[in-house]
Amino acid sequence: MSHFYTDVDHFALLPVILLALFGCAVFLFDFLLGERSRRWQLALVLPGLALTGWQLTRQGEIAPFTAFHGALTIDAFGLFFNWLFLVTAGLVALLSYRYLEVEQEHQGEYYGLVLMAQAGAYFLAVGTELITIFVGLETMSISFYVLAGFLRRSRRSNEAALKYLLLGAFSSGLLAYGFSLLYGLAGSTYFGDIAAAVAARPAFDPLTVLAILTVSAGILFKIAAAPFHMWAPDVYEGAPTAVTAYLAVGSKLGSLALLLRLFLGPLGAAREAWEPLLIVAAVVSLTVGNLAALTQSNVKRLLAYSSIAHAGYLLLGVVAGNATGWRGVAVYAAAYALMTLGAFAVLLAVHGEEMTDLNGLARRHPATAAVMVLFLVSLAGLPPTAGFVGKYYIFLALIEAGRYGLAVVGAVYVAVALFYYFRVVRSMFLTPGAAAAGPVAGLSAGVRVALGVTGVLTLGAGVYPEPLLQWAVRAVLK
Amino acid sequence: MHYVAVSLGLLLIGTAGLLLRRNIVIILMSIELILNAVNLNLVAFARHHGNAAGQVFALFVIAVAVAEAAVGLGILLALYRNRETVQVDEIDLLKW
Repeated sequence: MSHFYTDVDHFALLPVILLALFGCAVFLFDFLLGERSRRWQLALVLPGLALTGWQLTRQGEIAPFTAFHGALTIDAFGLFFNWLFLVTAGLVALLSYRYLEVEQEHQGEYYGLVLMAQAGAYFLAVGTELITIFVGLETMSISFYVLAGFLRRSRRSNEAALKYLLLGAFSSGLLAYGFSLLYGLAGSTYFGDIAAAVAARPAFDPLTVLAILTVSAGILFKIAAAPFHMWAPDVYEGAPTAVTAYLAVGSKLGSLALLLRLFLGPLGAAREAWEPLLIVAAVVSLTVGNLAALTQSNVKRLLAYSSIAHAGYLLLGVVAGNATGWRGVAVYAAAYALMTLGAFAVLLAVHGEEMTDLNGLARRHPATAAVMVLFLVSLAGLPPTAGFVGKYYIFLALIEAGRYGLAVVGAVYVAVALFYYFRVVRSMFLTPGAAAAGPVAGLSAGVRVALGVTGVLTLGAGVYPEPLLQWAVRAVLK
Repeated sequence: MHYVAVSLGLLLIGTAGLLLRRNIVIILMSIELILNAVNLNLVAFARHHGNAAGQVFALFVIAVAVAEAAVGLGILLALYRNRETVQVDEIDLLKW
C-alpha cells in the first residue's frame, strides 16, 4: 500500500467498499439477468450487509482510530450509528420484497440504491472533514430522491420525489454554503483546524454566525425539524411505504449524526450562537409535529408529523448538553429506529396507509395489532418500551441542566401525542373492519422477521435497558 | 470580503428564485445558482489562504451538482409523462 492509501485507510473504508461493490453487483445482475435476477437480489443484499457488519465488528476491536489524515474518525460514536444504519437497511430490504412485487415495480436498482444510501450515511457518522461529509451526504440524499420516486407510474410517488428533490437540493446548497464559510474561516476542511479557528474568533463573529445559520438550516431540513419540516409529510405520504420507513430512519439519523459531529466538534466553541437556534427549532418542532398530527387521517402522514416531534426531542437532548443528554440522544435514536421501522412494517403488512385500513385489525390479525400497540406505546414514550427509556434520559438531562421550562414543554406534548396514537389504537380495536379490507393472513416472511425483530427489541430495551444504556455511554462523543 | 458579498448575493437570488418562481426548470436553475455561490466562496477562500483544498471542494460540488441535476430532470420527466405540467402550483396531489 502506498503512502497515500495505507492499510489503516483501507480498513476504515472497507465497509463502504463492500456496500458499494454489492450495490454495483445488484445493478449489474439486474442488467444482465433482467426478470430472472429477482430472487437473487435479496441473496446479494443480505450477505453484503452481513459482510459489512463483520467489518464494523473488526473496526470496533481497534477503535478509536483515524484514517486519511483525520478525514475519517472511526470511534464508538460512528460505529453506534453505523450499526443502526445497517440494521435499518437490512430490515428495509426484507420489508421491500413483497411490497415491490405487489406494486409491480420489482427492479433491481431498488436494492442497489438502498445499499448506496447506506454507503453515503457511513460517512455522516464517521466523517470529520467537510468534503468527505458533503459527498457522503449527497450520495445518501440522491439515492433517496430516486427511491422516493420509485413507483414511476404513481403520480403521488412522482410528486413526492420532486418535492423532496427540490427542497433537499436547496438544503444541501445551504449546507454547502455554510461549509464554504467554515473553510474560509479556517483555511482547512479538517474538523480539528476548524475547531481551532472558531475558538479563536470572538463570540458572535459575523462570518461564524452566518456559517452557523446556513449549516443549521441545512441540517434541520434534513432531519425534518420545524421550521424546515414542510417537505416531510408530503414526501412521507407519497413515497413508497418501504422507502418512507427507510427515509424516516436512515435519513433522519444520518443527518442527526452529522449534526452531533459538527456542533459538538468544530462548532462546539460557538455554542452560545447555535444553542438558541436549536432551542427554537426543538420547541417549534414539538408544537407543529404534535398539533398537526392530531387531525391526520393518513397514518403515513401521522407518522411524518410524529417524526417531526421526535426530531424536537432529539434536539432537546443536544440542547441539554450534558453527559446524560448525549446518552439520551443515542438511546432515543436507537429506540426511534426500532419503533418507526416497526410501525411502518405494520402498514406494509396490511398494505394500507389510511386510518380506515387498520379498522378491525385486532379481529383480523390480533398479533399484528398487538405489536402495533407496542410500537405506538413506544412512540408515545410510555413504559415498558424503548421509547420510554429514551424520553426518560432526555427529560432527566434537561432537569440536570436546570432547563425546567423545556422539560415541562416536552412532557406536555407527550400527553398530546398519547391522544393521536390512541386514535390509531381505537381504529384497530374498536372500529369494525370493512369486509373488503385486505386480508393480512398471508404475511410475507420478510415482514414477519421485521415485525419480530423490531417488536422484541422495542420491548426488550424497555424492560431491560442496561445493554443499550452501556452501549450508548460508550458512544458518547469525547 | 467582496467575494463573500457577491456570493451572498447569488445565494439570496437563488433562494428568491426557488421560493417565487413556478416553473420547475427555473427552480432547478436557482439551485444551480446557490451551488455556484458556494463555488465562488470556495475558490476565493482557496486563493486567500493559498491552499488547494477549496478548489478540490469546488470540483466535488460541481460533480454533485451535475448528479443532482441529472436525477432532478429524470424525476421531472417521469412526472411530466404522468401529469403534463412543469408548474409547481399544478402539482398539488399531496397537500403542500
